[in-house]
Amino acid sequence: MSEPVDYIARTKALYASLNYPDYKWVTHTDAPPWSVLTKPLSECRVGLICSGGIYRLGQTAFHSQDDISLRLIATDIELDQIRITHFAYDERDARRDPNIVLPLEPLKNLRNEGFFASLAEHAYTFMGGIYSSRKVATILAPELTRRCLQDEIDLALLVPA
Amino acid sequence: MCHQSVGLIARSLEAAGITTVGLTSAWSITQAVNPPRSVFVDYPLGHTAGRPNDSTEQRQIIVEALTFAGDAKAPGAMLDLGLSWNRTGDQTWKDHVMRPSADSDRSGDHSGDDRQPRTTEPQFQFAKDAAEVQQNCASCIFLEDS
Repeated sequence: MSEPVDYIARTKALYASLNYPDYKWVTHTDAPPWSVLTKPLSECRVGLICSGGIYRLGQTAFHSQDDISLRLIATDIELDQIRITHFAYDERDARRDPNIVLPLEPLKNLRNEGFFASLAEHAYTFMGGIYSSRKVATILAPELTRRCLQDEIDLALLVPA
Repeated sequence: MCHQSVGLIARSLEAAGITTVGLTSAWSITQAVNPPRSVFVDYPLGHTAGRPNDSTEQRQIIVEALTFAGDAKAPGAMLDLGLSWNRTGDQTWKDHVMRPSADSDRSGDHSGDDRQPRTTEPQFQFAKDAAEVQQNCASCIFLEDS
């Protein structure tokens, strides 16, 4: 592949140019946890978790200062109800077609074709641009895990923006 | 930081027995946080699940990701889908990501930093959305920092 953008190096250079302190990225040298699927995809219930500042009409929007709140988005929502605001990426394309950060249409089509068995009733969205990795690891991640266990999903698809 | 947060969440889910697969457009950040399975889409941030209004490609990305969830063999596996943002293979969009423009003065002004100031005010896409917010919205979950 061609060289990917090194966002860690770019952030370091940008912060230095702005006289901001360096950001301490989470670096795990241990192997991640590992749970293999125990049945074929055609029997799996799939859940969707997306960062990217996605909310729906009727919900309050996210804010930009370490917002660790969640929104539940019904997976059968009409896409014209979706709203997106985020400070760290250009949202114009995602506002034109939310599927590029919240891939509901492809997931629903694949479910309808039997590629996998079912889709969780709600997708979970959050801001994502959270500087405090402690808050993510100790508050947001356990809450999402608890909810996904309740939803009885076999497989979670995660989409950062 | 979106990618870092998502990686941390994937590790938490997986530790609880839920198989995870994450899309990523930030290889270095994902590699550092090291989630169980990742699928690389080499596009500008905000296009992790494909190009707008290209349902064929969007579908393909999801098919590849879900298939990889079942096929990946080792913890930390990363699959590159080999996609190129510019279909000619031109990579110059990468030169400008998070970099002050070439003609700006780099001696400490913020000309290269087009981010918004941080605030705890909700950032609605449309100002009129604020009037539509439901009282006691049950689908808005606020978590306390203990």
